Parts: sequence; C-alpha cells; structure tokens
Amino acid sequence: MKILPSEITSYNKYLNRRRFIKSSVATGLILGTSTSLYANHLSNENIYDNQLDENDKLNSFEDITTYNNFYEFGMGKTDPSENSGNFKSKPWSISLEGLINNPQVLDLEKLLRQVTIEDRVYRLRCVEAWSMVIPWQGFPLSELIKIADPLSSAKFIQFVTVFRPEEMPGQTRRLLPWPYVEGLRMDEAMHPLTILSTGLYGHDLLNQSGAPLRLVVPWKYGFKSIKSIASIRFVDKQPEATWSMLAPSEYGFYSNVNNFVDHPRWSQGTERRIGEFKRRETLMFNGYEEEVSHLYKGMDLKKYY
Amino acid sequence: MISTQSFKKTKPLIFLIIITPIFFWAYQFSNGQLGVNPIEKLMDNLGEMALRLIVLTLFISSLSEFRKFRFLIEARRMIGLFAFFYVTCHFLTYIVLDHFLDFNFIFKDILKRPFITFGFISFILLIPLVITSPKKMLKKVGYKIWKRIHYLIYPAAILASLHFYMLVRANKIEPAIYIFLILLLLLYRLFYRVILPRRAQ
Repeated sequence: MKILPSEITSYNKYLNRRRFIKSSVATGLILGTSTSLYANHLSNENIYDNQLDENDKLNSFEDITTYNNFYEFGMGKTDPSENSGNFKSKPWSISLEGLINNPQVLDLEKLLRQVTIEDRVYRLRCVEAWSMVIPWQGFPLSELIKIADPLSSAKFIQFVTVFRPEEMPGQTRRLLPWPYVEGLRMDEAMHPLTILSTGLYGHDLLNQSGAPLRLVVPWKYGFKSIKSIASIRFVDKQPEATWSMLAPSEYGFYSNVNNFVDHPRWSQGTERRIGEFKRRETLMFNGYEEEVSHLYKGMDLKKYY
Repeated sequence: MISTQSFKKTKPLIFLIIITPIFFWAYQFSNGQLGVNPIEKLMDNLGEMALRLIVLTLFISSLSEFRKFRFLIEARRMIGLFAFFYVTCHFLTYIVLDHFLDFNFIFKDILKRPFITFGFISFILLIPLVITSPKKMLKKVGYKIWKRIHYLIYPAAILASLHFYMLVRANKIEPAIYIFLILLLLLYRLFYRVILPRRAQ
C-alpha cells in the first residue's frame, strides 16, 4: 500500500470544529490500476485510532464484510458475501444526469484520479437497530457534485444502482422494485461528512459492501447509503427512494437516525453494536448532531422522519 | 400399517431429534459460530423452531383422524411440549440476552409493538395447554373441557405466525406459508369436527 501525501491539512482547517477529522491521515489507495488491493488491514488497524470516538471500537473486517443488507444478493445477512462472487465491478462508469452543466458518463478510474481519497471512520446505524464502526476510504460527494456543476434548479440528487439479475441473484426475484434508488437533499449531499466510498480497511470495497463505489451518509440509517452506484441524477423535486416508496409509514425520505422517532414495529432508542453484548443508547443523528443538526433547523423531525 | 405400540418405541428417537438443535445452537452460540449478530440469530432460530413444532402438532391432529396415521397422536403431546420449550427459550433470549432484563423497556415493548404483543399473547395462550398436558390433568378437567382448552393452539399458532410475518422486513413469503398452512389445517378441522357432524344430524 502506497501512502500518498494528503491534502488533509486544508481540509482540516475547513472542518476544524469537527473532532472526527482531528489528525486524520489519508490512506492512499493505488488508484487507476486494475489490481485489487489486498492490504494487510489488520496489522495496521491502529492508524484509524485518532479518528475513533471515545466510546467506539472498530468492527473487524470480517464482521463488516459478512453481515450485510444488500438484497440484490439475497435477503440473509450472509447472502451478500456468499452470492456476490459473479458481480463485475470493473470496469465501472457513473452517469451524471439531469439539471447539471456537465452531463456525462464518467469512467470511475478517471474520476478517482481527480479526487483525494481520505480515511473516514464512521458509525453505521442500521434501521434494524444494529450498528458498526467502519474505517472507510472515500472522497466527499461534494467533489463529484462540483464536477457535475449543478444548475441552481437542482435541489435534490437521486442515486441509482445497477440492474443485473445475471450477476445479482436477488434481482431474479421481486424482493424490491429494482433497481434500488435513493436520494438526498442538495445540502445533505454537499455536507462534508457525506462521502462516496471506494474501500474500507485500506482494501477495495468487496462486492457485498457495494463495490466499486457507494454512498456513506453516517447520520442516516444505513439503507440511505446506496451501494454500487451507476447513475446520479440531479432533480428539482424530492426523488423516490426504494424503502420509503415501499413502506412510506416505516421509512421516510430523510431517515435520519433519531432515537425519539421509533420505527412503527420496533424501538430506535437503543441499538446492538455488533460485537457487544449489551445494547447501547442510540444517539441523535447517530452522534453527528453537532455537525448536521443545522441542516434540519425548524423542521419537525417527527413529521419528516 | 404402523401400530401404536411399535411407534411408541421410536419416541426416544423423536425426543433426541427435537432436542438436538438447542444443544447445537448453544454450542455455536458459545463458540461464536452463530454469525456476526449471534443473539438475533439464536432468537430467530428458536422462534422458528417453535413455530415449526406448533405446525407439526396441528398436522398430527389432522392426520391422526385417518386410521392409517392414528399412531402419530402418540407423539403429539411431546412435540407440543417441546414447542413450548422452544418458545420459552425464544422469549428468555429476548428478555435476558437481547434486553438484559430491562423490564421497564420490555414491558413497554410488549404493549407498544403489535408484533411483540402477538408473540407474547401466543406464549401466554400456550401455558394452559402445558398445565393440562399430563394425563392426570386430562382426567381431572374432563375430556370436553380439556378439548376446548386445547383448541387454544389455533389462536396461538395464528398469532405466532403473524408475529413472524410482521417482523420480517421484505419477502414475507416464508411467514406467509406458515399462516397459510395454519389456516388450512384450521379449516380442515372445522370442516370435519364442526360442519360435517352438524350436517349428519
């Protein structure tokens, strides 16, 4: 693994309030080459320590890559790791569409040459009331938005994953309306915490984690962080999102982690951190309240759950 | 035709088959082989096992109407008691492992979440069946009343399968199959036990 000099200093200044990035060192990924990275991610685990919050401990690479919700590969938690072997994440391109000045189909390798990959250790809180701590590698979504150069009429972004039933066995059944779609409001998408991830533990994303490129929005329930993104559409109205389309009373468009708004069928007040015995209290905005609550000022979060 | 006598001899074997899973899961649980979220997995396994056994007892009840399968009735009580055993383990996992005896939370959870309410009621409904399961009790309460008490298995089974149905996030096919089977067996019993005799009169 090659360590590139990072541009974190300037980024750090920009985010000097945020403790999560205190002294982050970017893990350089060898990008633009087609060889996969099989870094010895376990031996240098401690490089993420400075980004870890006090009460958090990283989940293991194995936990993170064998306990997944990715219905494209099946409904069970181990299905994605077991059934995603035939998925082709290379080559990959992302189509930028809609209300933008630069609509284009972007080759992923070309895109990755234009951005700086950073380490981001985030908590991931699933709507099913379990959570993990994951050391992601990725770049702010805002960088891609800059490349797209949205018109002022673009208020929301919709993300679409692929429909490849021959590579994604779950898509041969109508478990969900395929392809999976998700969306963010523009200010949420531009927020510095929102990243597009290409790897975790210094390792290219495995198929079950959403290879080769996925969204990570740490203050929202996990299903908002759409995997294997194929196109990004800039739109003027709140776009459809798979789960809130399917069960609007259970999954809202915003789906911010909110311990005061329960899922109709279960409590969101506590969560099981994978690897821990006792449940933890769930934190407002998954513990990123300081960073993101201003986005929702004046909004009734019980109504816009 | 299998005689009741020869079937009785196989009961220890059935006992072993039904009790084995819990030892297997307990072993897996304590050795970290139940996956990344072992408590949830254990709870799911125990709950589904209980539901399967409940459906099995219903099958036995219906099948044993036929002379050929009369012998099956010999195993029904044991299977029913095992169903209760697995439900109890399922419920204890929820109380002890999942919520660590946080009774304040558990109490609210049972009242507030319909799927947990259903599961809990189902558990409660099984208790009179367990109490009246010994032959002594059958004699004590009389066959007619005993029979009535044991019809509680139907609402218990329906509530248990709804409990499963409501907890699943998508692809409700598997829990729907249980609901379908239970309703089918219930209708069958209604037809043969209630509708046909009335017509005969």
